Amino acid sequence: MAIKKFAVGCYDDVAGLFPAVEKVRNSGYKLHDVYTPFPVHGLDKALGHKDTDLHVAGFIYGITGTATALGFMGWIFTSDWPTNFGGKPHFALPAFIPITFETTVLFAAVGMVLTFCYLNQIMPGVKKHVFHKRQTDDLFVVVLELNEHVSEQEAIDFLKSTGAMETKVEMAESEWWYGRFDKEEEYEKLNATV
Amino acid sequence: MNERFELPARLKTTSIALMLVGVLVLIIGGITLLNGDHHDQTRFWIVLLQTSVFFVMITAASVFIQAAASLAQGGWIVAYKRVPEAIGANVWVFGLIAAVVLLFIAFGLDIDGHNPIYHWVHPEGDAILEGKSAFLNKGMFAGFTIVTVALWAFFGRKFRALSLAQEKAPKNSTKIYWTMVKWSAGFLLVYALTQMSTTPWMWLMSIDAHWYSTMYSWYTFASAFVSGMAVIMLFVLTLKNHGYLELVTKEHTHDLGKFMFAFSIFWTYVWFAQYMLIWYSNIPEETTYFKIRQQGPYGLIWYSVFIINFIMPILVLMSRPSKRNYFTVTFMAMAIIFGHWLDFFIMAMPGPMGADWSLNWYELGVFAGFAGLLMFVVYNTLTKASLIPENHPLLKEAVLHES
Repeated sequence: MAIKKFAVGCYDDVAGLFPAVEKVRNSGYKLHDVYTPFPVHGLDKALGHKDTDLHVAGFIYGITGTATALGFMGWIFTSDWPTNFGGKPHFALPAFIPITFETTVLFAAVGMVLTFCYLNQIMPGVKKHVFHKRQTDDLFVVVLELNEHVSEQEAIDFLKSTGAMETKVEMAESEWWYGRFDKEEEYEKLNATV
Repeated sequence: MNERFELPARLKTTSIALMLVGVLVLIIGGITLLNGDHHDQTRFWIVLLQTSVFFVMITAASVFIQAAASLAQGGWIVAYKRVPEAIGANVWVFGLIAAVVLLFIAFGLDIDGHNPIYHWVHPEGDAILEGKSAFLNKGMFAGFTIVTVALWAFFGRKFRALSLAQEKAPKNSTKIYWTMVKWSAGFLLVYALTQMSTTPWMWLMSIDAHWYSTMYSWYTFASAFVSGMAVIMLFVLTLKNHGYLELVTKEHTHDLGKFMFAFSIFWTYVWFAQYMLIWYSNIPEETTYFKIRQQGPYGLIWYSVFIINFIMPILVLMSRPSKRNYFTVTFMAMAIIFGHWLDFFIMAMPGPMGADWSLNWYELGVFAGFAGLLMFVVYNTLTKASLIPENHPLLKEAVLHES
């Protein structure tokens, strides 16, 4: 939890957003994040985001599922409660495969969804500051993080020079928090003072 | 951009050398095997059947991927569209060979009054075969074979003709594009009624005429499709190696690699589904099929097929970098083609050959001959038109494609 100062620039189309992102990355300003109303193809590359290791995590979850299912069924049917099903061997591998497969998929899927949520800091009830209400509607919002060494006016002028149609400076929470949107009066007051 | 493919001398020599190996092996086989005992004669024909059916099915898979991509309006395939087109336009070569071999086996092969490969030719006195004789008889077999091969060959050439006609059409005209969509819908229907159902019953499953499986055609289709993808991959990469197809990048071959990976898993799924249901219900007349293949003399091939077609693809092709590495995908494409040829081997051999099978000079020589023929005819077709479908409406999308 840390309140920081941010400079916000709004762009009204994708064509203006990409050159602006490039200029921000070359300028030395600290880019906090970019908010768009819909997924923009190629923006992750423009921002310099690297591939995550989500798929490696998925592989590990999958293997865990395979091991869990085979181990559990093997233990049940060979030592815990051996039962004769139609004369099949106790460790009836072909019969275990469908369940093993399903468990592998289940572990991989659920594990990857939770990891994805963790990496993106999204969960029901987890909140982040909304820099501009129209960022979920039709505006593309670029947010720079400022500190005491950076002049607010220079940051605003810079954003305007990249083609921002609307700019502002805002004090905001930089991390996520857990809370409800209808009980945020105190937090809203903080912004009103800037 | 007008990329004209000129066949490099080395490729030409390789393909002709492979074909010569095939012809040589056929001549030697014709002299030694056809004059040998019943077993040798059966071996001569069953290997030809297995390999020619395998090759006609993997070339027909190229027609199928064109139809599927056209119906799904897939742009990614347009970058190397000429390759599946050229393979599809040559279905007739392999179709003709397969039809001649199949019809000869059904009609002409007779050893001491019985047919060593298709027992159902003489159903008299066998209650099961008599019961099936309304479907499994010479007339139906000939009809299905000729109709299947004719339709596959026709659609293969039709798709190529449509694609070449698009080049001469006015700029930005989409008329032929939509005509292609209509023909593609027609081909999917044809393909569903042949490759995905009746044709494998007739050509391969009827070798073990007492046995049947409803998964069989799907399983054969999966084999043919994944090898067909591997064949396209090999042609694309060879062309790239010789400096052609500059528009094709790792983004495109990555997609082909995904197909090779995904359909290897799909093949395993169908292969295992067929096996597990029979293993679980344990009915003698069904398990006899797997008894000889898994536990009997074919165990070595059975487990090799499983390792090459499932374990290797899932371990090697799973990660993204390996699908984008030309060496690993080339290696895996060759492994997959050989593995699925072995899969067809194990479908065809146990019925007529029994415990005494061989995988030797004759089998591998025939395989080499067919591979050389495939290279020769496809490269020859590729030289006839520009490698880039310049006037195709989705070409720009294909160039910008990211996987």
